[in-house]
Amino acid sequence: MTADQIVFWVFAPISVGSAVAMLFQRNAIHAALFLIVNFFTLAVFYLVLGAPFLFAVQIIVYAGAIMVLFLFVIMLLGVDREESLVERLRGQRPLAIVLGLGLAAEIFVAARASLGLARGPVNFDRTVNVGGNAQALSHVLFRDYFLPFEVTSILLIVAAIAAMVLAQRERTAAEPGREVEAT
Amino acid sequence: MKTPISYFVVLSAVLFAIGTVGVLVRKNALVIFMSVELQLNAVNLALVAFSRLHGNLNGQVLAFFSMVVAAAEVVVGLAIIVNVYRRMHTANVDDASLLRW
Repeated sequence: MTADQIVFWVFAPISVGSAVAMLFQRNAIHAALFLIVNFFTLAVFYLVLGAPFLFAVQIIVYAGAIMVLFLFVIMLLGVDREESLVERLRGQRPLAIVLGLGLAAEIFVAARASLGLARGPVNFDRTVNVGGNAQALSHVLFRDYFLPFEVTSILLIVAAIAAMVLAQRERTAAEPGREVEAT
Repeated sequence: MKTPISYFVVLSAVLFAIGTVGVLVRKNALVIFMSVELQLNAVNLALVAFSRLHGNLNGQVLAFFSMVVAAAEVVVGLAIIVNVYRRMHTANVDDASLLRW
C-alpha cells in the first residue's frame, strides 16, 4: 500500500462522514464547522492529485474566506434556533434520500462504465507539472484561458457591487438621524 | 501514485449526492446554501481528478474558475438571504412563500 492510498483511505471516510454529519446537524453553526472539515479533506485530495496550488486556494478561499462569510451571516441572523420538522410536502424527506442514493448509484455505474475502476493516473509530475504546479498552471491560465480570466475579474467586481446594493439598508423617513450619525 | 482515478470520481459522486439530499431535505436557507457549496466542491474534486487522468491542466484551471465563481455566488446569495431575513424575520425557506398562490 503506497502513501497516497493510505491518505485516500484515511481521508475519504472523514470526508463522507463530515458531509453526512453536516446533513444531520440541526444547528447551523455546527453544520458550518463540519463543512469546514470537509473542505480541508478535499484540499488534501487536491494535494494527492498533484494540484498543490488548488490545495492552497481551497484552504484560503473556501475554508478561510467563504466559510467565515457563512459563519458571519449565521451570527448576524442569529439562527441558533433549531429548524422545524414540519413537512410542507408529504414524504419529501424519504423521497429525497432515495433519490440521492439513486443519484450516487447512477454516477457510480457511469464512472465504472467510462473509466474502469482500476485505471491508474498518468505520471503527472514529470510531464505536466514541470517547474512546479503553480508555474505550469499560470502558463495555461495566462495563455490559453486569458480572456476567461479577465471576464472573471469583471464578475468579481459585479458581485461586490451587487452585495453592497443588496445588503444596504433602505433609508426611510422613519430614521432621519442616520446620515447625521454617519458623518 | 497508485490510487485509481475512479476512486476520486466515485467519492465526488457520493459527496454530490449528499449535497443534493441536503438541498432537498433541509429547511434553513443557510444550510441549503452550504449544501450547494458541497456540491460545487464535489464537482471540483471530479475536475481535478479528470485533470490528473488526462495528463493536462485544463481541469485544474476549470476548478480554479469554479472556485472564483463560487466566491462571487456566495457573496450575492448571502446578501439575498440577509435581505430576506430583514423583510420576513425568518431563514426558513417554507415561510418565504409570498409568490405562492
